[in-house]
Amino acid sequence: MAILVTPQTRILIQGITGDFGSRHAKLSLEYGTQVVAGVTPGKGGQSFDHQTHKVPIYDTVGEAARQSGATVAVVFVPPPFAADAILEGVDAGLDLVVAITEGIPVNDMVRVKHALRDSRTRLIGPNCPGLVTPGEGPQSHGGCRIGIAPGYIHKKGSIGVVSRSGTLTYEAVWQLTTRGYGQSTCVGIGGDPVNGTSHLDVLKMFNDDPETEAIIMIGEIGGTAEEEAAAWAGQNCKKPIAAFIAGATAPPGRRMGHAGAIVSGGQGTAAGKIAALEQAGIAVSPTPAAMADTLLRVISEKR
Amino acid sequence: MNIHEYQARELFEKFGVATPPGGAATTPEQALEVAKRLGGKTLVVKAQIHAGGRGKGTFKNGFKGGVHLCNSADEAGKLASQMLGQVLVTHQTGPDGKQVNQVLIAEAVDIARELYFAVLLDRATSAPVIIASTAGGMDIEEVAEHSPEKILREPIHPVLGLQAYQTRKIAAALGLTGPLMSQATKLFTALFRLFMARDCSQIEVNPLVVTPDGRLLALDAKFNFDDNALYRQPEIAALRDKSEEDPREVAASEFNLNYIGLDGNIACLVNGAGLAMATMDIIQHYGGKPANFLDVGGGASKDQVASAFRIILSDPHVEGILVNIFGGIMDCNVIATGIIAAARETGLKIPLVVRLEGNNVAAGKQTLSESGLTIIGASDLADAAQKIVQAVKNA
Repeated sequence: MAILVTPQTRILIQGITGDFGSRHAKLSLEYGTQVVAGVTPGKGGQSFDHQTHKVPIYDTVGEAARQSGATVAVVFVPPPFAADAILEGVDAGLDLVVAITEGIPVNDMVRVKHALRDSRTRLIGPNCPGLVTPGEGPQSHGGCRIGIAPGYIHKKGSIGVVSRSGTLTYEAVWQLTTRGYGQSTCVGIGGDPVNGTSHLDVLKMFNDDPETEAIIMIGEIGGTAEEEAAAWAGQNCKKPIAAFIAGATAPPGRRMGHAGAIVSGGQGTAAGKIAALEQAGIAVSPTPAAMADTLLRVISEKR
Repeated sequence: MNIHEYQARELFEKFGVATPPGGAATTPEQALEVAKRLGGKTLVVKAQIHAGGRGKGTFKNGFKGGVHLCNSADEAGKLASQMLGQVLVTHQTGPDGKQVNQVLIAEAVDIARELYFAVLLDRATSAPVIIASTAGGMDIEEVAEHSPEKILREPIHPVLGLQAYQTRKIAAALGLTGPLMSQATKLFTALFRLFMARDCSQIEVNPLVVTPDGRLLALDAKFNFDDNALYRQPEIAALRDKSEEDPREVAASEFNLNYIGLDGNIACLVNGAGLAMATMDIIQHYGGKPANFLDVGGGASKDQVASAFRIILSDPHVEGILVNIFGGIMDCNVIATGIIAAARETGLKIPLVVRLEGNNVAAGKQTLSESGLTIIGASDLADAAQKIVQAVKNA
């Protein structure tokens, strides 16, 4: 089953005619993802053409969803307009909006987060690589690739991956794939301080997903989301988890690339997060090179 | 982004947050003028640099202290002339110190009570929160640890914002009653308006003081701004003082590179913020010390890689470089070409370990090995980290 999206999921792309959006629309189409509509205000009626694909473009998300049957939107819209683009997907009643955009003002996200509370829509991101449910074809072709992750590094399987960082997700996925272990779904929840979906939300979904048998959870300094996830998982998660926390060497008070990766007032340190995870009985990988091996060790110990 | 104390004062004045009367000066003449305008009160003259510990600092010209009290305008002008253009060394500036280009002259107020008041974003609730305490003038984290009962947290609705009843609730909790309560509600409302209107991520007023003559004043403040919102805050963006920043960080930001200097000797160049942090961590794990954080972004170009090398090598402590690229979509061969060009251009003489993974990696590795440069290849991240640590030890 995977979580959130399957190879059958129909997606629409907001900002499909922009540089960033069109590049990744093409890569998703090549991966075999069901990209069924694009949205660019003012370009409704045109189409986005790539190889044999002709993806219709609409002026509004509501119209695109109605005409194409898309249930998921991915947002490649520039920061000043991204919050509005997310809200448009919420208004259209989509199941899922995935915001790739980096650099959205946090005050905009505070309002978006409030609007999400009374909606049926889940948001993933912003400032995230998106998510991938690998397909069954060669190099996981035929899967659902939403966002900017390289599709070919994946392999269909039973390990769930959740992370705040893009390239660290790829690192974990590649470690698994090269060791012969596939993934159910890989979710990048993003590096911003206010985001739509937390580690905890994704852990709960993996826990309930019959296809997912084990989980890699990747966190980093800043906030307390990893601690919350650890506290829940220690009591409730039936599946083996390995974790990694980035930023042990980061100086306090400095923002490490991601808007949310900052240790402030002694809160959000790597040491604190690692302690919380270990206290919950979760194995923590000592280095980013050992994420898959740490999980495989936990799995073999449980057998 | 940090701002100077005088700039924080100006923001307070603009938004109606009560603060001691004062003004900034860039010349002794201006300082004299500001002091005359303030009248015959006790004044404080403060050197304006971002670093803390100004009061106990020493100027390189021998003049002691970056904060002085005085009782006349002439004295204020004289103090300003001893500070302006001079280099102040404090325990936070390092031995090089910082040049003082502005001084702040303000009324030195007497203090009856010191309080604490802050507005910040609460990540757990995704909404603003106000933190207030009767224990002002102290490190709030220590207060939270030792006397948590002295800390008041008032959550703010993400859309409705701060309500008048909340300002009265906080005022009452701080013991600001009678005529002080209306001053408090006015000050809190103005401060919250400033927080929202200027996309702040934090405003910490410490201390917020009550004077013996019954005034409530924001005496000192620390601001943090949301960098993501600077595009719509030109007034705030203009407050940036690049002379206060690490010149390597300023140079990096001009090339859209994310660089933070550290005190180790192994430089790293990585794509992606999470992987860049993790690369620093693994260098340390294998017994090395990272010299920097450097994220070249997802779509690093050849030019960006070359400028990244120049910035890394401008740090005299760097004795080795680890390049760690997971080129998921980027072509590894293009990156390899960029690394070779940069290494040649900079006449690289220190060990360089390159770990490449991803798209077209075989061609990239071949390009590196055929370059004729002594580049140490690595099979994976752990191998790369161990090799650079070893290479620097052997050098």
